[in-house]
Amino acid sequence: MRLPLKLPRAVAAGLGLLVFFALWEALPRLDVVNPMLMPAPSSLPAAFMKELRSGIWLDSVVMSLSHYVVGLGVGVLLGVALGIVVGMSDAAEAGSAWVVRLLRPIPGLAWVPFAIIWFGVNAEGAVFIIAVGVFWIVFFATNGAVRAVDRDLVEVAQAFGFTRPWARLWKILFPAALPGILVGVRTSLGQAWMAVVASEIFGVPGVGQRMMQASSLLSTDLVVVYMLTMAALYGLFDSGFMAAQGWLLRWKP
Amino acid sequence: MIRIEGLSVVFDRDGQKNTVLENMNLDIPAGQFLAIVGPSGVGKSTLLRVLAGLAKPGAGRAVVPGPAAGRQSVALVFQDARLLPWRRVLSNVAFGLERLALPRADRMSRAQAMLDLVGLGALAQRWPHQLSGGQRQRVALARALAVEPEILLMDEPFSALDAVSREGLQDELVRIWQATGKTILFVTHDIAEAAHVASRIVMLGGTPGRITSDRVVAEAHPRLRAGPGAADLVARLRADFGAEDFSI
Ligand SMILES: Nc1ncnc2c1ncn2[C@@H]1O[C@H](COP(=O)(O)OP(=O)(O)O)[C@@H](O)[C@H]1O
Ligand SMILES: [Mg+2]
Repeated sequence: MRLPLKLPRAVAAGLGLLVFFALWEALPRLDVVNPMLMPAPSSLPAAFMKELRSGIWLDSVVMSLSHYVVGLGVGVLLGVALGIVVGMSDAAEAGSAWVVRLLRPIPGLAWVPFAIIWFGVNAEGAVFIIAVGVFWIVFFATNGAVRAVDRDLVEVAQAFGFTRPWARLWKILFPAALPGILVGVRTSLGQAWMAVVASEIFGVPGVGQRMMQASSLLSTDLVVVYMLTMAALYGLFDSGFMAAQGWLLRWKP
Repeated sequence: MIRIEGLSVVFDRDGQKNTVLENMNLDIPAGQFLAIVGPSGVGKSTLLRVLAGLAKPGAGRAVVPGPAAGRQSVALVFQDARLLPWRRVLSNVAFGLERLALPRADRMSRAQAMLDLVGLGALAQRWPHQLSGGQRQRVALARALAVEPEILLMDEPFSALDAVSREGLQDELVRIWQATGKTILFVTHDIAEAAHVASRIVMLGGTPGRITSDRVVAEAHPRLRAGPGAADLVARLRADFGAEDFSI
């Protein structure tokens, strides 16, 4: 539906946010809901400042981010590497087909028992859970993207004497597959963030764990502070990624 | 000198043998501008692919001179330019040079010189998608010329272009041929185009494809496009080739 008056998109978006917060503020204030169950936004800055001053907020954020970055990095590297190998080699594709079909449907969180047994409830365990989820997404995106590369471009490399697999990979396959690979990486950015929070809810220190502590103390304002923290961190990563992707793919029409 | 001796190419399609070229013999002296014409599917592209090392002969052989240092003996220009979209124009031209042992500065200056040669020196930093079809084809030509091949293979390189760009590029190609003395194998399905550029025209026909006619075009360059002389030449070629049953 078109609005009768023309607002710039940014203004409309800001207005929407304002209405959202106004409604949120009104509900507990007018006693429509119990402020204990739903803290008003105006109560959040104080809760945030207190948490910040104690140093816990920064510690939690740093820990969560380190799980996130390492898990994401490990998952992306392995996913891209194996996706390329299986994408370039028919033998690897055939050999891995049933293994992939067997392991693929297992949700990342189903690996929690083994994460605990192998690594314990610690950073390594969290990284493992995160990396498993990221790996599959990036592996399939990379494999598909490598297989979909235009054969005509591969032929160009051949015509100019780039016949070895390594040259074919770096001159043609990787740059041509990069847009598809990045689609997978972006999907895994959100997936990994969920895995961070999930693994911390299981007890690994970080924002997820701190949020659960706040919840057991019924500090709902603190719970909301951490929810917004998660949203902000994810938003930061996603927009950073989009900027990087825009630069990497600046050759696209 | 290119020597094609008893060349046959056979494709295996679902276990069925499909002979595309059969017992072809052709000698192409160095420096010749040879046009290859023939109906679609006769095996023109296949012939070029064999010469470029992209396809293997089923029988016989195609001998091309080996490369000199810092050069590639044969370079191919495709019908569609096939630029690499993630590389800028200059870097596309330098592509083939990356395999030859040359310092980066040399590669770039050689690529820039080739771009200047095809008249696109000013567009070096553009992306391929920012070019017109004719400009893209010029870049593809510069990319092939950059490796300083003795033999330039061109597979219907101008057929996708509008008439104005096509005629401009034909004249430019003749100019480059005259300036460099390269051997050029130019595949086209357009007899008038062949007559305008080539010094020899070989026609392929039949299934499997073989040489049905081989004719020298003596007229000196620059040749006129219009006028009785040009029309006459094309008419003679058409008659020669029995162009009535020549479907593109
Ligand atoms: N890679 C291939 N596999 C099987 N058949 C092919 C292949 N390439 C070409 N052919 C067949 O060879 C014949 C000649 O093709 P081509 O050389 O492209 O003809 P032209 O360029 O003269 O139009 C066609 O019938 C085509 O179907
Ligand atoms: Mg063809």
